[in-house]
Amino acid sequence: MEHPLNELGPVVVHQVSYLWLIPLFPAVGAFVNSLFGIRLQRALGKRAVHLIAIGMMALSFAVAVRAFLELYALAPGERFLSQTLWRMLTAGPLSFDLGFALDPLSMMMVLIITFIGTLIHVFSTGYMADEPSYWRFFAYLNLFVFAMLLLVMGDNFALMFFGWEGVGLASYLLISFWYTDVEKAKAGMKAFVVNRFGDFGFILGLFLLFWTLGGVWEPRADVRSLAYHPEIGTSAVAGAANPFFAVGPKASEGEHPVKIGPTLNFRELRDQVVIESTGVAEHLKHQRVWGFALMAVVGILLFVGAMGKSAQIPLYVWLPDAMAGPTPVSALIHAATMVTAGVYMVARLSYLYALSPTAMGWVAAIGGLTAFFAATIGFFQYDIKKVLAYSTVSQLGFMFVGVGVGAFWAGTYHLLTHAFFKACLFLGSGSVILGCHHEQDMRQMGGLKKHMPITAWTYLIACWAIAGFPWASGFYSKDEILWKAFAARDLAFLGHSTPWLGPAIFLLGILTATGTSFYMFRSYYMTFTGRYRGGAGHAEEHDEDPHSAHAAPHHATAAHPQDNVDPNGGHGAAHGKKDDHGHGAHAADAGHGHGHHGGTPHESPLSITAVLVVLAAGSVLASLLGVPAAWTHHEPLLERWLAPSLPAEVRFAEFPHSTEILFQGLGVGAAVVGWFFARLLFKDGRSRVPADLKKRFFGFWTVVYNKYYVDEAYHAVVVRPSLFLARFLFWFDQHVIDWLVNFAAWLGRLVANIDGAIDTYVVDGAVNAVAGITGEAGRALRRIETGRITTYLYGLTLGSLLVVLFNFLFR
Amino acid sequence: MANVTLSHFLVVGGLLFALGLFTVLTRRNAVAVLMGVELLLNAANVNLVAFNHYVVGGIAGQTFTLFVIVLAAAEAAVGLAIVLSIFHTFKTIDVRAADLMRE
Repeated sequence: MEHPLNELGPVVVHQVSYLWLIPLFPAVGAFVNSLFGIRLQRALGKRAVHLIAIGMMALSFAVAVRAFLELYALAPGERFLSQTLWRMLTAGPLSFDLGFALDPLSMMMVLIITFIGTLIHVFSTGYMADEPSYWRFFAYLNLFVFAMLLLVMGDNFALMFFGWEGVGLASYLLISFWYTDVEKAKAGMKAFVVNRFGDFGFILGLFLLFWTLGGVWEPRADVRSLAYHPEIGTSAVAGAANPFFAVGPKASEGEHPVKIGPTLNFRELRDQVVIESTGVAEHLKHQRVWGFALMAVVGILLFVGAMGKSAQIPLYVWLPDAMAGPTPVSALIHAATMVTAGVYMVARLSYLYALSPTAMGWVAAIGGLTAFFAATIGFFQYDIKKVLAYSTVSQLGFMFVGVGVGAFWAGTYHLLTHAFFKACLFLGSGSVILGCHHEQDMRQMGGLKKHMPITAWTYLIACWAIAGFPWASGFYSKDEILWKAFAARDLAFLGHSTPWLGPAIFLLGILTATGTSFYMFRSYYMTFTGRYRGGAGHAEEHDEDPHSAHAAPHHATAAHPQDNVDPNGGHGAAHGKKDDHGHGAHAADAGHGHGHHGGTPHESPLSITAVLVVLAAGSVLASLLGVPAAWTHHEPLLERWLAPSLPAEVRFAEFPHSTEILFQGLGVGAAVVGWFFARLLFKDGRSRVPADLKKRFFGFWTVVYNKYYVDEAYHAVVVRPSLFLARFLFWFDQHVIDWLVNFAAWLGRLVANIDGAIDTYVVDGAVNAVAGITGEAGRALRRIETGRITTYLYGLTLGSLLVVLFNFLFR
Repeated sequence: MANVTLSHFLVVGGLLFALGLFTVLTRRNAVAVLMGVELLLNAANVNLVAFNHYVVGGIAGQTFTLFVIVLAAAEAAVGLAIVLSIFHTFKTIDVRAADLMRE
């Protein structure tokens, strides 16, 4: 079989000794701030807290840059830094180390995480300035970065999974950061629980992969056939005697031994799959389990984990609710880094996904559907953070289209550009929210460009980037993804080849791109142009809002406790679910709201605007990394950089460059169309058309505005039955289990009582009887012992007489 | 005179012994008990002399008897001392009072 993988050899490893410092610094920051933060804050002020947190992030970034320089100096094929601290566990064929590895892919992730992470820490000093538990926030934030770095730097699945769960924990802690608000605490729980569903799939996929690499369960007769054994150039010890083919590092004929067999280590896995002569790839490709192609099952199960973490259909529901967390958290965790972990994972395992067109097709199709679906919800949201949340879900869908169709580098590139522009958008929204005194409803904004020009400009630049206008980064990554989707021919659905799937996804993607451009510019125009509507001007909207009629049952909890109790402490996302509340809530906090809106909005402090400027610059400059080959006839910089990490090659249809440029034109056209309509309808808030359209298609509008009632569907299908089951189990526990327990206890007591009785009456009785008999005998015999000499003489005489008598009788 | 045989002596000895034993067992007075003991010793003496005369010959029996008489004198001395001691202790010479061994 002709396969480019033939040419690939094992990874060349460079051992270095400082990689552990990268995750260590945030860990130290989290440790110090969580244990001593409250005292530091009291004694030295908030400054001490954020100096520690930011300092640790900056140090971590510095080490990451150092690693990048070292990596960059190496030959492209040898860019792999590794450090193994110690072996964590060995059990049969399973073993893994506490080891870190940096290849170009994880290097990119580490740079994104530490760079944007540092910026967002700086932003938080401005955004969270009024927060009493400042120290807690920074401790969580550092904890998150630590876990995220473990996720991307771990050189094995176990560490990755540890980080995977760690970011889930940090995300949970930060979403419900203002845990006194029940809605926010619920949002945190929702995120955590939904992620558990995904993690379940992930870990199942992991088990299955490990299992199949072991090969012991192989149903065929030639279980340990030679076919699986490595040939010349690679190596293995006497595998025939070994049930796990060959385990352990091998002496080899080549210079780099390749370990064959079950492993959790990414490098070992990559080597044995990628190097054709080991036969592992062939083995995996033809392996079937319960009638399904095994790699498809593994790929899809692992992708289920990604669906949870990266918010894909149907597990995306937690992400919009996660906006209950403080805005910097939304920017860092729920836009730039954590949610891209799924994309990273698929890219990391590109060589596995490349083995199964079915898994690839699945990933791409889910990605495309999610992108489209989430974008449509984004059209009608009024909460600025909700718009961005659905936009994030949609963009994540794009990334999965990229990695799903085999354009791994394009998906990863979109991850990078998205990290910049979405962080910029979120932080921009945070700046707006801060400037508008913790208002998140875009209907209460408008005209902010006058008051906060820097925020407006950076937001606009990020909008350009996400909409896909040329020279802003989103254009390059999105068009590359869509182009590759169009060209993809290798996708399959449940084992059937479906060459039309790529173009279909392309079509969906173009529609989504139009929609993206529309809703992003809608949010821009609603927020920054026209007249400032804060405090007034939304009275008539009350009547139209479907929530007055359709308030969902679980949104019925109306007023925030914070809104009423602590009018100055609303803190950012206090209004996180405002437009879910129905207008009962609006009316309820109107007094407080108007009090706020009386003040004019103001530009945010330097710590915020500076970060925005850097991110906006980043979202433009990131485009340099991905200037398409159709323009320069060179591979894009990032593609070249990532190539060693993404050894999988997927077949694409060949088209001339002119076609590619045509498609880029299509992409720009889509963006322009979206922008045009957004401008027409929402510029300066003058047009009456949106309101008219809303009236005309009120039913449809209501359905979309309520996110297609997916949450309600989940509530009905998953939550309610779960609660019912829980209640039933509670009842079962109370009545049946407890009854059984009580019965067992009763039985135990009964037996114990019988036993006690036996003990009392039989055992003790025997003992007492012996004692009594002895005592009585003693008492009786005592009478004989009078102590009088006469008595003894009687005895003596009697005895003598008896002796004499016997002497006569028995002679 | 009727011929005196060994049996006659033995009967006398046996009667003496019986009387002595009866005295020892039944008398409460410690001095009477000692007197009973004298009877017992002399019953033995009669036997010793009789057997020596009729069966063995020589003077071994008589010698033993002399020893016993001396012994009896010594016994009486010691016995009377004990009786005195008992009297000191219990203010009586009733042997029933001296039952300290019971404790």
